[in-house]
Amino acid sequence: MARSTQHRPTRVGPATHERAGTLDVDALLDDPTTGIIVCCGSGGVGKTTTSAALALRAAERGRKVVVLTIDPARRLAQSMGIEALDNTPRPVAGVAGEGHLDAMMLDMKRTFDEVVLSQASPEKAQQILANPFYVALSSSFAGTQEYMAMEKLGQIHRDAQAAGTYDLIVVDTPPSRSALDFLDAPERLSSFLDGRFVRLLLAPAKGPARLMTAGFSLITNALTRILGAQFLKDLQTFVTALDTVFGGFRQRAQQTYSLLKADGTAFLVVAAPEPDALREAEYFVERLSEDGMPLAGLVVNRASPEPAGDLSADEATAVADRLRRTDGTSVAAALLRLHADRVRMVERERTLRERFATAHPQVETVVVPALAGDVHDLGGLRRVGDLLAEGA
Amino acid sequence: MSDWGKVRLHVVTGKGGTGKSTVASALALALATRGRNVLLCEVEGRQGIARMFDVDPLPYQERRLTTGLPDATGGRGVVHALHIDAESALLEYLAMYYRLGRAGKALDKFGVIEFATTIAPGVRDVLLTGKVYEAVQRNARNKGAIEYDAVVLDAPPTGRITQFLNVSNELAGLAKVGPIKAQSDTMMTLFRSPQTAVHLVTVLEEMPVQETADGIAELRSAGLPVGGVVVNLVRPRDLSAEQLAAARAGTLDRAALEADLAAGGIDVTPELVDGLLAEAADHAERRALEDSQRTLVAGLGVPSYELPRIAGGIDMGGLYELARLLREQGMAPAGGER
Repeated sequence: MARSTQHRPTRVGPATHERAGTLDVDALLDDPTTGIIVCCGSGGVGKTTTSAALALRAAERGRKVVVLTIDPARRLAQSMGIEALDNTPRPVAGVAGEGHLDAMMLDMKRTFDEVVLSQASPEKAQQILANPFYVALSSSFAGTQEYMAMEKLGQIHRDAQAAGTYDLIVVDTPPSRSALDFLDAPERLSSFLDGRFVRLLLAPAKGPARLMTAGFSLITNALTRILGAQFLKDLQTFVTALDTVFGGFRQRAQQTYSLLKADGTAFLVVAAPEPDALREAEYFVERLSEDGMPLAGLVVNRASPEPAGDLSADEATAVADRLRRTDGTSVAAALLRLHADRVRMVERERTLRERFATAHPQVETVVVPALAGDVHDLGGLRRVGDLLAEGA
Repeated sequence: MSDWGKVRLHVVTGKGGTGKSTVASALALALATRGRNVLLCEVEGRQGIARMFDVDPLPYQERRLTTGLPDATGGRGVVHALHIDAESALLEYLAMYYRLGRAGKALDKFGVIEFATTIAPGVRDVLLTGKVYEAVQRNARNKGAIEYDAVVLDAPPTGRITQFLNVSNELAGLAKVGPIKAQSDTMMTLFRSPQTAVHLVTVLEEMPVQETADGIAELRSAGLPVGGVVVNLVRPRDLSAEQLAAARAGTLDRAALEADLAAGGIDVTPELVDGLLAEAADHAERRALEDSQRTLVAGLGVPSYELPRIAGGIDMGGLYELARLLREQGMAPAGGER
């Protein structure tokens, strides 16, 4: 049976009774054996900012770093000098200290094109690049972005090993619905290319399986009726052409996957203190531990700031209501309401984190308080870097 | 009357983390006035509706979910829910249009279903939106099926929404002729008509607002009807502009605050007052950022609606409260008029 990404994996319970402490970000960045840091998490939790901040901090602590981002906010990209989508790491200006920082933004289609061009003869490559199925697959296949992020990571890593350009690669992962997509993508692409239907398209009339072929013509007839004859023809051309380069594809995906399992890699799971984001983080943590992949810890971004004093939310609300009855515009009432909201949010976030920690006590965690504004320059990234390290 | 009286398909999109599923659910509750049937659909395989309403995971089958928000006279309609997945939609589609008894099974056996629903996202999107289209276009000829007065779609995020709805364009390169092409063209006619509105959910922060503006521009250039902007998770606005300015400058009247707190029966300590003033300064800074983003939202040229941040998180009661606020602001009809 084909495995479907629609379904959630089975869950994994606690691995230990010992509670891990706070994640020491600086120790992770300073450790010369840390060669790759992958920031994962569901969309909208601040992965891009976190990875850029980590990369900058590592560089300013003396490492030779490249950060691979997927879709940074325009102003952040500008401040790092990577507005141009040219798929090549560019030096970031204004980095203090001995180390240095390069940054690049992933161009998914271009990366895919480059793989095809490097794997196939020029003639075959052109045939593939022009095929409508390839255009659809390379620009919008669910998983292409993840696959290409891995491909690019593999390339940069190989180049860095050969030329000694970098000693740390920080990778931001695509803004997918689920953090697991990043790990599943290569397999999904392979299983697609390896699927029975694709195999049949490749060799429709050959082999001993005459019965299968009869069943197959039933299908092709049905598809032709629904989609038109051209559809099937384009598809067949595409699959045939791609098959010649597929061996290379699969091999590279496997290489990168084993790179991710290696000791020099550290996964950081990024989440916001919200139920959905933390649930995704749990799935991801469980998956990493099942696959024996190196998890460095959990970053909980955008935590509400701790309230001052020990005035409870209920009391603050009650007094605010009382004050408001006599004076509708009471400043004290407004401040008490703000305080009550803050206490409630912090309590809720703490409960959510606590739940995570109970299920996954082995995971070191760092909590980063929410900044009032967005981050769009190196100064802002440094501030985030300080907050990440302060947790320790 | 509501701002979207003619609309039968409400598509709700938004950047991740802005609460698009919450808003879609609240809108469905708000639309279900007396005697009306509303369908709330999700297409991303997340089972977010089931979690939000605390019911069992939804199958590929319409289920009665809950009752709508009561109107002034106590009238309320029914909200149904449907979880659409591409595989089931394809099988249903094949059975419905082609009576592919044997071939349908063969398709599954040869992995064609999986193939078709994974390879080209265009095909996948056509299947998902096709089911939504079917629910919107239903009429008395479909025996036994519920006719919906409105359909609310908890849609993919802002970055993908135009591509998702622009199905005939997505398919253009792949299927140039044939029934699928014709059907996707018919679907586009509905999606581009005044019967559809694409609402965008945002929060008052720079990136989400920017993404909303980009999303609106993209929808417009694809000829898709832009609905309203729902500004979610808004902070309380109890303090006046002068008070906020004073809070930021640290010039709020400390003595008056202490007196008020004491009058309210609170044990006033310097630490407590310092803490409250620091929280006020922090809040004022965030409010200033919110206000500048609010100005940008106002400049988008579409109706906007605001929903408060609920500190304790969203539960069923919270959803009905948000539904009431959407109705009050005119995003859904007040009811009791028919």
